[in-house]
Order: sequence, then C-alpha cells, then structure tokens
Amino acid sequence: MTQLVIILIYLGLLLGLGGIAGRLFRGTSKDYMLASHSIGPFLLLMSIFGTTMTAFALVGSSGEAYKEGVGVYGMLASSSGIIHSLCFFLIGIRLWGLGRRHGYTTQIQFFRDRLESDKIGLLLFPILVGLVIPYLLIGVMASGTVISSITEGAFTNIFADYDYGVPPWLGSMVICMVVLTYVFFGGMRGTAWANAFQTMVFMALGLVTFLVISNKIGGLNAASEAVAKMHPSKLMRSITPEEEQSYETQLKAWTALAEYNWAVENKGLLLTDTQKTDAHKVLEGKPIPPWMKPFRQRSVEAGFAKKNQLYEKLTHAEQKKAHVAQDDRLLPDALPEGWEALPLTNDNFPRDGQWETRAIATFKDQIGHPSEKTQGKMTRKQAIGRYRAMRWAPEKPHGIDKWMFLTYFLVPLSVGMFPHLFQHWLTAKSAESFKLPIIAHPLFIMIVWVPCVLIGVWATAATVPGKPVALIPPHFNPNAVLVYMVSTLTSPVLAGFLTAGILAAIMSSLDSQFLCIGTIFTEDIVVHYGGKQRFTDKQVVLMARLFVVAMVAVTYILSLMGVRRVFTLGVWCFSGFSSLFPLVFAAVYWKRLTKPGAYACVIAAITSWLYLFHASGYGAKPNFSFGGMMPVATMVACSTAALILVSLATKPPSESTLAKFFRK
Amino acid sequence: MKYVVWGMVILLIAAHQDVWFWSDPTLVFGFMPVTLLYHAGISLAAGFTWFLATKFCWPEVADDSGQPNRDGGAGA
Repeated sequence: MTQLVIILIYLGLLLGLGGIAGRLFRGTSKDYMLASHSIGPFLLLMSIFGTTMTAFALVGSSGEAYKEGVGVYGMLASSSGIIHSLCFFLIGIRLWGLGRRHGYTTQIQFFRDRLESDKIGLLLFPILVGLVIPYLLIGVMASGTVISSITEGAFTNIFADYDYGVPPWLGSMVICMVVLTYVFFGGMRGTAWANAFQTMVFMALGLVTFLVISNKIGGLNAASEAVAKMHPSKLMRSITPEEEQSYETQLKAWTALAEYNWAVENKGLLLTDTQKTDAHKVLEGKPIPPWMKPFRQRSVEAGFAKKNQLYEKLTHAEQKKAHVAQDDRLLPDALPEGWEALPLTNDNFPRDGQWETRAIATFKDQIGHPSEKTQGKMTRKQAIGRYRAMRWAPEKPHGIDKWMFLTYFLVPLSVGMFPHLFQHWLTAKSAESFKLPIIAHPLFIMIVWVPCVLIGVWATAATVPGKPVALIPPHFNPNAVLVYMVSTLTSPVLAGFLTAGILAAIMSSLDSQFLCIGTIFTEDIVVHYGGKQRFTDKQVVLMARLFVVAMVAVTYILSLMGVRRVFTLGVWCFSGFSSLFPLVFAAVYWKRLTKPGAYACVIAAITSWLYLFHASGYGAKPNFSFGGMMPVATMVACSTAALILVSLATKPPSESTLAKFFRK
Repeated sequence: MKYVVWGMVILLIAAHQDVWFWSDPTLVFGFMPVTLLYHAGISLAAGFTWFLATKFCWPEVADDSGQPNRDGGAGA
C-alpha cells in the first residue's frame, strides 16, 4: 500500500503542475501548441531529453540488457548520443529557423510549402499518427506493467487475479488520464514543465535505484563477477564455448524430460515405487524448495528412465510432439513437410493459449496473498513464472550480429522525423537555446542508460539475498525486470519513489506525443481544410484536446490487446520514422528534391515498413533481421533510392520555393 | 577547425563499431564490462565533439532573428 500511496501523491503533484501551467495559459492556440516560443536552453534540454527517453530507456534498456547483454548500450545509447545531436544540429536548428520565419507549427505545414504540394499532408498525416501510436503504446503498456508489479499486495480482498495489486489495465488508464489532464490544461507549457520536472526525477531516482540495487546484490564488483561466472556472454557480444556447452547440457535434460512425459501420457509408461525411490536418490541432501520438488523429481525420473531404457525410443514425429507439448505449444492443423525438424518458434508452433490456466492450476493450493510469502505461499505471477521456468525449453544463448549492430546505427535517425520533437524544437526561444541540448544529450543518455544496462545484466546472475536461488527465473518477462528488482530488493518507501521515477520517464514522453497528435490534427486537417476564419482560437484548442482524447482511447484499447517486448516495439516505431529521415534531410539540404520524389520516398518507406513489420509477425520476433541486417537498413535504402531517382527524373521545384528555403 | 570537428564526428561513427571488444568479457575496475566502458567513453567523446561543433560550426541559420511573417503554414 505504501508504494501505491507514494505513486498517487506523485501523480497528484503532476496534476498540480499542470494546473499552474494552465493558469499561465494565454488562451491562444499558438501558446497551447508552442508555448509562444518561450522555452530557454535548460527547459529545452530537459523537455527534449525527457521526450526521447521513454519506457524504452528505463524499462526497455534494462529488459533488453537482461536478454541480450551489454551490447544493447552500443546498439542504441552511444549511437543515439552521436546521431540525436547530429539531427538536432543539422535538422533541428534549420527547421526552427524556417519554422520561425514562415510560422510553422507542424512538420506537415513545412512539407506542404517546401514540396509545393497540398496533398502531401493527407499522405503524411495518417503515417505520422500511425507511427506515433506504437510509440504511445510502449508507454501505456509499460506504465500498466510497472504499477501492477509494484503494487502487489496493496489490497486485501480485491484484484486477487492481479496478486491484490492494481491491474495493468487500471494502471495504464490512470496514467493516461493524468497525462491527458495536464496536457489538456497546460498545453505545451505544462508539458515542457512537467517534462523538465520528471526528467530530473527519473535521472535522480535512477541513480538511487542503481546504488541501492547494486548494494543489495553484494556490491558493484560482486554483481558483475557473478555475471562473469554464470553468463559471461552478457558482458560482451558473443557466446563463450562454456555457455554453449551449458546450454547443450540443459537442452539434453529437457529433451529427456519432454520425452519421458510423453511416454507416460501416451505409451502407458509407469515407474514402480522402487524405481522412483532409486531415481530420487540423487536429490537427497540437496536444498530444494518444496514447490520445486515435484518438478525436480520428475526430471530425475526422466533421466533414470532414459538411462535404464525403460521405454522404447520414440520416433522422430513422437519426439517432436513431445517437445511441442512440453513447451506448451500447438501443432498446426496441417503439418508441413519436414515439420519434425522445425525449431520450436512461435511461427512454427504457436504457444498454446491455455498454458497460464494450467500454470495456475498446477500451484493452486500454494497461491496466496503476497503477504503470505513468508508462510510458503506464492503469488500468481510467481506461479506462472515458476511453471515456465520448470517446464519450457532452455533459452538458447545468442550473441549480437556485427551487421545488425552496424545497421542499428540507422535507428536513432528517427528523431529527425519525430513530429513531437519538431514541435519541441519550435518552442525554442532562440537558436542559441539548442546549444545546451546538443552538447548535454549524449551525456544524459550515458547517465541514464549505463546504470539501467548494468542492472539488466546483473539480473541474469543475481540471487535472492541470503539464498542460493536465482532472483529472476528463466523465461522472465523482460519488461518487468527493472520493476521486479526494485520491488524485491528495496524497501516499500524507496520502491514507491523509484517507481515514481520510472513512471516519470514514461509520462514525460507520453505528454509530448499526446499534444503533438492533437496539434497536427487541428493544424493540418481541421484548420487547413476547414479554413482559418471558420474557427475561433478557442474552438481550435478544443478540437486539439478532443482529438487527443480520441487517440488516447484508441491507444489504450490497443494496449489491452497484446504484450510485446517494449524494446522490440520501440525499434519498429523508430525504424518507421528513420525510413522517413531522407525526406526531411533532402527537404532541408537538397534543392533538387521534387514533389514526386517526396511522394515516392514516403510510399517506399511505408510500404517497406508494412511488409517487414508483417514479416516479423507484427513485432512478435524480437531478433528479426532482413538480409542479415536490421530491417531499418532496407527501409532507409528503399526510401532514399526512391527519393533520389524520382526527384532526378522529375521537374525541379520553382525558383520562388527554392528562394524561400535556400540562401543563395 | 570546422573540418576537424566534422572529422571527429566521422571518427566517432567509425570508432563506434568496436569489433575489437566483441568477445572480450573483461571487467574494468572490477565491475565495468570493457565494451560498456568503451561505449560510455564514446558518449563522453560525443558530448565534447558537439561542444566543439557549437563553438566552431554553428550554422548561419542560427543567427536569424526568426520573426514569423505569417500565421500558420499553407499549402501551395
């Protein structure tokens, strides 16, 4: 309950901040959308940084480091330090200058003028909004997960299905409402203030989290040495032979278990009590928690039965069926040729939707209120986690491919096309305001990401304090790694504060995105096509607010539909924006860019994005590659080629347009 | 100096591809994976490079007074 109270106080503070910003609201749409170009260097730095660092940075980075190791920092953090500032420098300042000179509020207004095309807005609007939605989803989903995990046990007799904590759907809804409220009343000024406040909160609390967690798991050295001993591949980007060997051993044991279970279920195999007693002897004297005992016994029975050839060797088809059943997967209705040799992936053998119900049923007598953990009870989340850890196939260790690492460099180019960042750039009081964000951005990224990546890596080898039991079981949800570490290793008061810090990072991005989609809807669609004289300024602000509410509702509903890794979803969203980067770069620097060239670029970008996103199972495959590279490489290549070839083959822009956008 | 700064940016991009630490699990100071330390160094170097860029390569457009000459954008 303590954590919940702290989170509620924090959310109340934010609402108060939004209320104060709302009192300073000048009532004009320009003030609502661009804070009347009044933002100085410090506020610009904090708001831009807070906007670009979302759930992706804290929850996603630690979760991804847990899965992939320290290479995650190079893939997105250090590359972003170079590329983000490069985009602010080359694109941001130029667009700010053009925006101030010609009075733009949105990207689409700029492109309409630069490309001498009214219709480009109709093409770009759904694409920009469509790509912002997955970005919003990241925050909405992560906030629900964070709040639900940290408030476990806050209630005594409600939400039993969520371990007596706030359900994710409710947590996400509350966060959406809070952000919506302060964006609603405070507009861009409220957003910038809230961003700055929240950025300070999450940076400070992030460092506190790092220190507390490292201390709880034995100190910096002990935590890293444990990883070096158990999972050295997490400290680099390739796999050691020892880890490969360890995986093979685990896989062999798992295969024996799967086939033994199959033989028991389908071939009438039944060990006698004497055989079982003989098999269980190897476990004697080993400290095994009571909940784990039946699983370990079954495992040694499997080894015993195989060693003593107590059942006939299964055929290839039977073996595969055994593996599929053990991994809680389904056989497709029509078995393709050679299915026995197919690996156990979601593509080949989708996960059986009933496995969670079976997990709960397995432990039904041992599930209780989180406060009963000391009496040997477990939570529903623990039951599900333990079931997965004991039943599913071991996870194959993998390194990071060099081409994938190289082409990841294209992902941060997305900031050049983020519509919400364009809007933040235009809030700057002067071009000088950009200097501090350009210099400090890579340093701030380092301050936030290095601790998160280390925490994620440490999680792979951390043990429960005082016990030789892994803190995080196999197949753990990466999105929940950071919060789980916080809730398990810190006091309720500190956990409450640290969660507020994580939520701060999430909300500081959601707010800008909410405001931005409202702005582009009113400016680029309603006012542009309805006519400026038709609406009063108050009506424009009202429409922006209503559109934001509608988009938040859509995102919220989407968030209830499925869970994806935050990092994977983020990379797809960023890749889409990166594929449009050639458009904004050419618009600012290449006089020869033509209207048809721009259309070709946008169509090539979105077509390749849709094709590859579909091929990846809509983000279901976390390490999806195309041609051995990140999909973004193909998207950027397609959009760039289309832009250059079509522009060169078509009539250049008019002299008046070139004079407007380029100095002689 | 302008060329030096842009040369540094290119160098940073090249140095980012640290294939030499790909399979090195060494812990520096007893806790910091060497590749993570190296990339944290890249972040620091990026901050310094961008500081030099704002000193020596500040774009001309940045000197604009930036006064808007109309309200809102429009299509052609």
